[in-house]
Order: sequence, then structure tokens, then C-alpha cells
Amino acid sequence: MQNPGAPVADDRFPNGRLAFPHKHLIGIAQLERHEILFLLASAERWVELNRQGAKHDDLLAGRTIINAFFENSTRTLLSFEIAGKRLGADVVNMQAATSSLKKGETLIDTAITLNAMRPDAIVIRHGSSGATQLLADKVDCPVLNAGDGSHEHPTQALLDALALREALKRRGEPADDFTGLTVTICGDILHSRVARSNLLCLQALGASVRLCAPPALMPAGIEQIGARAFTDFDQALAGADVVMMLRLQSERMAGQFIPSEREYHQLYGLTKKRLAFARDNALVMHPGPMNRGVEIDSEVADIIDRSIITQQVEMGVALRMACLDVLTRSARGVEGWA
Amino acid sequence: MKQMGTLAITGGRLITPDGVIEGALRCIDGCIAELGPDIAVRDSDDVIDAHGKLVSPGLVDLGVFAVDKPAFHFGGITRAALMPDQSPPLDYPSRVNYIAKSGKPDLWVHPLAAATRGLEGCELAELALMKEAGARGVATGRRWIRDSGLMLRLMQYAAMLDLVVVAHAEDEGLSRTAVATAGEIATRLGLPAAPAEAETLALARDIALAEMSGVRLHVRQVTTAAGFRLVREAKARGVRLTCGITPAHFMLSDLATADFRTFTRLSPPLRSEADRQAARDAIGEGVVDVIASGHDPRGPEDKRLPFADAEPGMAGAETLLAMTLGLVRDKVIDLEHAFALLCSNPAAILGVPAGRLEGGLEADIAIIDPDAPWIIDRRKMEATADNTPFDRQGAQGRVVRLVKGGQIIEL
Repeated sequence: MQNPGAPVADDRFPNGRLAFPHKHLIGIAQLERHEILFLLASAERWVELNRQGAKHDDLLAGRTIINAFFENSTRTLLSFEIAGKRLGADVVNMQAATSSLKKGETLIDTAITLNAMRPDAIVIRHGSSGATQLLADKVDCPVLNAGDGSHEHPTQALLDALALREALKRRGEPADDFTGLTVTICGDILHSRVARSNLLCLQALGASVRLCAPPALMPAGIEQIGARAFTDFDQALAGADVVMMLRLQSERMAGQFIPSEREYHQLYGLTKKRLAFARDNALVMHPGPMNRGVEIDSEVADIIDRSIITQQVEMGVALRMACLDVLTRSARGVEGWA
Repeated sequence: MKQMGTLAITGGRLITPDGVIEGALRCIDGCIAELGPDIAVRDSDDVIDAHGKLVSPGLVDLGVFAVDKPAFHFGGITRAALMPDQSPPLDYPSRVNYIAKSGKPDLWVHPLAAATRGLEGCELAELALMKEAGARGVATGRRWIRDSGLMLRLMQYAAMLDLVVVAHAEDEGLSRTAVATAGEIATRLGLPAAPAEAETLALARDIALAEMSGVRLHVRQVTTAAGFRLVREAKARGVRLTCGITPAHFMLSDLATADFRTFTRLSPPLRSEADRQAARDAIGEGVVDVIASGHDPRGPEDKRLPFADAEPGMAGAETLLAMTLGLVRDKVIDLEHAFALLCSNPAAILGVPAGRLEGGLEADIAIIDPDAPWIIDRRKMEATADNTPFDRQGAQGRVVRLVKGGQIIEL
């Protein structure tokens, strides 16, 4: 078996650093199609490792990764932590509740402080759009965006693409990209960084994307970004190959954006009946955590072979391992990446 | 009274109410004494040879947020109307009185009184007493006043006092958390955004109330095509309405925010390219009365933050003149029109005898090389902070000599 630690020799991609010439991973907007495909290809090897009994590699042994989370997170933080640890890195987590941000330190000062501890990569989640870029400009090591405000959440979009590709392969329709596929994303598009990153990623890989939300949760200018906007979920679903549901953050809605959860479910909840409008065997995705009975019914979320929600979580670890590997190659002096 | 000599400026192209005149200008005791094509210089005069450059009135900057003398002098500004958004706010006669004297002699500051106590939009401030203390207008500050009844009573009261009301036109319901204009760019960046109609709504209300009360209303910044339409129609109906704009809104669109650069975080936010074009058309057409700097120097503690957390505002005093002369080069307006927007119109709105080269007025004079090229460089600014959205851009036109009240200011 191939050593999973060795960089892929793959003639589909440019050699060495040219395959992924970015220092940071801030957003899908900065990536070219072949760079996205390179990250996905790099992740496939880690999927295998993660399914073995002993899931460990020493690729990043002795390296320090800081997960700086200025916004609460359970699964993304855990996923990044596991990814770093499986690669042998020393992973430390900094959470907002225990950080000096509460004491009035500015983001820039926090960045400088973190940088002084000489990490080899920093993973950042922050509640303000653009915060990751701001921080990345002030530190020496690679920065991975784990979600900034309503801007981008690139690893989520990449893991979704990886999960979708794996699902198509399992189904016997393997494809490198998503040309010809129609993906419907439904939910709070306005506040969703997952929707933005997925829109860009799916489009870069050839899919046509439909966005569906009540008007108050649909941002302006969607058509100019190349997506079709719908308010009627049934129409948005018609003939779709993939349905991606977004979490409704009800605490943020408070009667301002939608009248109630049950009314939302009536219009935008993914039920078995409604799923029938999509293509036969259409796949169901959700970035989690799910509000069962609000945006998605349990009987849909748990359909074997059609719901790939748990696979998304599984692919998340592999994809994040790939990102940590690729972004630290330059510092590790990997041949062709220096 | 200090002794003042006589000063003659010769060989210049004078921007006068009657057009551009080649000739000379003499000042006696700090005031303009005579000007014209055949003014004779006396032996006792101190003489400045303008070498064929423009001789214009000192700029009158309507609506700045800080008194920043070096930046104002660099930009040829000899009078500035200070917004009440100070710490503490200009909502008390003694503060107004203090500010009114603060810049003299080489910069005159005209305070704009806070319309409401603490600028909170709840209770009227002591407008008559503040007028007595030197206020030249009443301003709602950075925000608009949500309560329409209060706004009407404010306007009625200001009309009685013949004070201009300087308003900010952004509907709060639509724009409360917004830092960008709704559209493709804001959506791509994931920034909280308000539709451009936030301006239209606020303008429509304030115009209606101004019409009822008969007050003079000056909307400090109108920035959208729909907004200019409302202003145009209201003026045609005879409403006592004037409006202004800052160079950012006719030079930049929301595309400039695409890298989250907080120096482009402004209030109101940058608009679409179509609105920017509409602004240039409106300036050319005469719908816009004033171009002001909106000078608001902000240090890193306000700007080195994520975009939505940063404070709005730009340091604009140094670039006001060059950007406005750019409109002349682009043939949007002619030279006389440019200086009406920068000098005589704002002076007239504030009711101060200034902004024109005319016998008897204070000798506030700028000698300007309209073609002098320079690079706007935030590291070399005179302002107390470097937050210009025009960093590294080329500009043309700068002040070579500045005179305030007959005294030459060292630049």
C-alpha cells in the first residue's frame, strides 16, 4: 500500500507548489477549479487512513497547530482537532470564552500574541466577515478559515464536495467534478457562510446551483453570482440531484425573519413527500447540527443511501487533514514546495 | 488690534462670482479690498506672484468630524463646519462657544449644534442658546432622527431661528446593523447590508417635513440615483433643500470594499456603480450643492478591525480639492461650478460671509496649481490619521499658498 504521508504524484495537477500556490485557506473565492480538485484528491488518501484501526501518521510530528475559535463550535473544532492529532501535530484549542478577547484585547493583538508562540498553522473561526483575512495578514504561518461571519467556510464546502464525490462513486456514477448536476441549497442563505462557500465551490466544479429561502433570508445580487433564487421550495427541488439543507438558527430569527418554526417547516422543511419533487434517488446533505422537525424531518435525514449527512462529517476529518498537510508543506520543506 | 499690512496677489486667474478673471487682488486689514484685471500694486504691499495659477476663495468644508488644522490647510480649507458628534457632543452652549473660537486665527470653525441632547434623538437641545453661542446650523449627527414628530418640531423650531438643519439620510429600520449596500459585493463578502432605499425613505420623510415647516434643510450626503431624483423634484417644487456629497461616493463604488479594507467603510456605505454614475450626473446637473470632505480621521483602534466592527469614516480634507478638480478634468463641471460647490454654496448655507472673492469679505484665499500631480500616500498625510480610501492613487491639483484673513499660512 502507498504510504499515505507521501505527496500525490498525479499528472492531473501541476507539480509541487504550483498545484496549490496559496499560503492560507481563506475562502473558496480565491481558489481555481484545479486547486479545489487537488485538495479533494489529497484528502482521498486520508479517508483510507481514517478507516484503519490505528489512525495515525507522523507527518506533522513536532508541529504546533492552534485552533483559535472566537465563536462557539463543537463539531468543526473537534474535526480540526482530530485532523491535527491524526497527523501527529500538537494541537491546542483556544476558545473565546476563556480568551483575553473578553478583556478587551483587539483581534490584531491576539493575532500577534498567537504568532509569537510560533505555531505552524492557525485555524480561525470568528463571528465577523473578513476577520480571518485580517488575522492572516498579521501572522507568519498558514491560516485556515474555519468560518468568518457570513463570509466563507471553505473546509465545509470542500468536505461537502468530497462527500458528494464519494457518494456518486459508491452509486456507480464516479465523476471528477459535478458537471451536469443540479444542487438545491435551502435555508438561511442570508446569514450562511456555508451557503456562500458551497455556492462558489459547486459552481467551480461545474454544478448548477439553486438557492431557496424566504425573501427575508435571501441576500441581494444572487443572480449576479450565477445562482438561481427560489422562494418556492417545491419548484427549487424539481429535478434536483442533490438537496442541501441549512440549519435554521432560530435564536437569531426571533420573529423578525420568519414568523415561527412550524410555519418555516410547513414551507421549507424537507419532508419525504417534498423530497419526491427532486430527482429519483436525489442525495440529501446537511452541514449540521440538524434541527430535526424544523428544516429536515428525521425520516429524510436517516434515509440510508440517500442521506449522506454522516459521511459529510467523516469526510470532514480527512479533508482537514489534507488542508493541514498541503498548507504546511512549504514550511516542512517538502520537495517542490519550498 | 494687531497691525496688519496690505497684501497683493498678482498674476493669477481669479475665481470670482463673475467668472475667471486674469488679474490681481489686494487685501487690506485682513479683508479683500479690490480685485480685477487692472489693479495696481502699491509700494507698501507685500506681493505674492501667483504665476498664472488659480486664485480661489478658501474652501468652506461643510460637515467635518474633527478639527484637524494641518490637514485642512493642506487641502486649502480655511473654514470648516464641525459636526456635533464630538466627545462630549456639541449639545450645550458653552461647548459650542468654545469650539467656535477654537481654530482662530488661521482656521475658522463653525459649530453645528446637536439637534438633540446627547445626539440621542429624544429631546431637543437648547438651539437658540447655541445659536447665540456661535452655532451656524443644527445637525442630527451621524444618525437620523427616528421619531418623525420630533423631527418636525425640530425643523419648526430651527425655521423660527433661521438655522439650517443638517440631516443624515439613512432609515434606521433598514440600516440598523448594515455596513454595506445590499448587492452582489455585500453578498459575496457576507456583510450586513441595507438596500439603497434606506436613503430614499429617510430623504422622502425629511423633505416632506421640511416642506411643512419651511425650514432650510441640508442633507449632508445624498448618494443614490433615487435620492437625487427626490432632491431634484423637491427643489423644482420650491422646497428649501440643499444637498451635499463627499468625493468617496462619486469616486468609488462598493467594488472598493471587496478586500474588506476598512478605510472604505463609510456612512452611508459605498453604493453600486450605477449610483456612482448617478452622483456624477447629479453634480453636473446642479442637483448637488456642496462637495465636502466629511473629514473623519480614525486611528488603528477604530479601523484595524474586521470590516463590520470598524468605525465608519475617512480622512478626506487633503483629497477634497484634487478629487473635485478631477470632475473638472472629466468635464462633469466647469471650474466656476467646482468652486461654487467647495466655497460659495457651503458658505451661503451656513450663512457666513465667505466663500467668494469679493470686496469687503475676509481675505480667505487659496492659490492653487490645478495640474500639479501628486500621489496620495497614507504614510505622508497631514491628518491625525491615515484612513484615506484613495491610498496610492494619483491625483492632480494642490494648494501652493494659503491665506486666512489676510495672513499667509505656512504650508
